[in-house]
Amino acid sequence: MKILVPIKRVPDSDTRIRVKPDGSGIVTDGVKFSLNPFDAIALEEALRIRERLGAAEVLAVTLGGEDSIEQLRTGLAMGADRALLVRTPGPLDSLAVARILAALVRKESPDLVLLGKQAIDDDSNQVGQMLGGMLGLPQATFVSKLEFQPDGRSVRCGRETDAGIETLGVRLPAVITADLRLNEPRYVSLPGIMKAKKRPIEELSPEALGVTAASRTRVLRLEAPAGRKAGVRLRTVEELVARLRDGAGLT
Amino acid sequence: MKRTLVIAELDHGVLKPCTHAAVAAARRAAELAGGTFEILLLGPGAGTASGALLNFGAAALHVAEHPELAEPLADRYAVAVAHVARGRGTDFLIAAASTFSKDLLPRVAGLLDAGMLSDVVEIGADSSGPLFKRVLHAGNAIATVILEGPVRVATLRAAAFPPAPRLESTAPVLAVDLSGLAWPDGTSFVARDRKTSARPDATEARIVVSGGRGIKTSEDFERLVGGLADALGGAVGSSRALVDAGITANSLQIGQTGKVVAPDLYIAVGISGAIQHIAGMKDTKVIVAINKDPDAPIFEVADLGLVADVYQAVPEMIERLQRR
Ligand SMILES: Cc1cc2nc3c(=O)[nH]c(=O)nc-3n(C[C@H](O)[C@H](O)[C@H](O)COP(=O)(O)OP(=O)(O)OC[C@H]3O[C@@H](n4cnc5c(N)ncnc54)[C@H](O)[C@@H]3O)c2cc1C
Repeated sequence: MKILVPIKRVPDSDTRIRVKPDGSGIVTDGVKFSLNPFDAIALEEALRIRERLGAAEVLAVTLGGEDSIEQLRTGLAMGADRALLVRTPGPLDSLAVARILAALVRKESPDLVLLGKQAIDDDSNQVGQMLGGMLGLPQATFVSKLEFQPDGRSVRCGRETDAGIETLGVRLPAVITADLRLNEPRYVSLPGIMKAKKRPIEELSPEALGVTAASRTRVLRLEAPAGRKAGVRLRTVEELVARLRDGAGLT
Repeated sequence: MKRTLVIAELDHGVLKPCTHAAVAAARRAAELAGGTFEILLLGPGAGTASGALLNFGAAALHVAEHPELAEPLADRYAVAVAHVARGRGTDFLIAAASTFSKDLLPRVAGLLDAGMLSDVVEIGADSSGPLFKRVLHAGNAIATVILEGPVRVATLRAAAFPPAPRLESTAPVLAVDLSGLAWPDGTSFVARDRKTSARPDATEARIVVSGGRGIKTSEDFERLVGGLADALGGAVGSSRALVDAGITANSLQIGQTGKVVAPDLYIAVGISGAIQHIAGMKDTKVIVAINKDPDAPIFEVADLGLVADVYQAVPEMIERLQRR
């Protein structure tokens, strides 16, 4: 069993994101970067599958530059067997990421691709599904429960949908994206990180995979959303109900 | 965007209201590009549901009913959508953002090798072509984006596109020929754990009452948050904390990774106001916050704030609202 887990470096979920005054991007000075929380969950699930099955290879891969190696090290410290950096210039959109991953899947032939359902920076929620479409692989998105079937060749997934939990049977190889409640990722210790520093990081380029990293979306500028006006504090429930009765400014 | 295709969303044969937002966005795109738009309805009951979309300016309604489409499995639906898009020469595919469309449309984009934008809130144009605005970074940034290529795909926030008015003309309804398609069989539907509720869905309600960790048990949630929602005729929602604690169902989660709502009134009951939660409700017209901590960040976005214990304040609110 081989499990491929694509991961992404993103601003930590605890940072307050601010848009640069010139709109060219977000302020990154002093911002802490982390492994995208959903990707940590996907990786954790891959590690648990390995623990359950006894034998499996977990390959963490990221697309990006030098700084993304930090997140690969986190992946190794969590327990990934291999870490791979596909060096890409500048930001890529989901389609470009999916194309590169599709080429990597053809090369590595994993039984399962486990991804986070969305990256908390661009909030796109696309890569897993695009990859599934490109490769014609079965897909289950927003998965909060994953169980291997006795045959070992299929899984049962609980998906979080707007209407409630949907359960699907999914034949491997497949693409599965993780939702928040799938698991709670293990804590990575400092000694673990130190040990991971000595492990090798494999490297590839899109060219070596036979793909060009061309994005179809281009961000022209960013702006901060309109702020909300400061409101009023009421002292009693009576006042609040009176305001609601008045329509609370509703028309 | 000369030939736009709207993917309608059905819930067991019933048209979901958010489809009207997608139709409004399609009308806007068609206007900007001097083109037309069509609507595709998939699954059981699609033919009947098409009746609700006859008079909104679509050039045609396409109905795809087939035993393989009995459940909304992305693998199979994507094959049908890509088939129609190719056959119709579609250059822009859109749907209202939901777990249905977020599952399906990126897969279609993968099949069509198309670029895609999620959570679009504005469709415009400049001399060089169409421009889109979308929300990212948990609502902390809005990007103006160009989307290139022969086919474009987008999901859009329903609240940003008010339904378009009805027109005189009636669209023809056409059955999609799905014979000869190779259906993927790698996924199979097992079950759906439907949360049946007499209350409206939070994304479709004018009033949403939402509970957070200030609520201790499911019974309290039902009595306080449910009770207040019922007194106001509204829907219920919740923070992630309550879903994680097993107090509320995942389908109630509001936020960056849950549902995004923009009602007239949102009452946050015992919710601290983490950015991930605010991302899902800050386009509400009037936000009310009830929290015992005067420094809770939710008060920074609230129009009306009450520093109080929800266990005391909410029962009193319900009682006063019922007094009329
Ligand atoms: C990647 C990621 C995605 C996330 N996505 C979401 C999302 O989509 N939606 C979401 O909601 N969260 C999301 N979160 C979680 C978010 O960061 C917060 O942890 C969560 O919103 C907190 O929920 P809460 O406000 O109910 O709980 P807390 O933050 O614990 O707040 C509870 C509040 O209740 C008040 N309180 C307690 N008791 C009482 C009482 N008796 N009377 C009055 N007030 C009381 C407290 O003062 C406090 O302000 C996400 C987090 C991450 C990392």
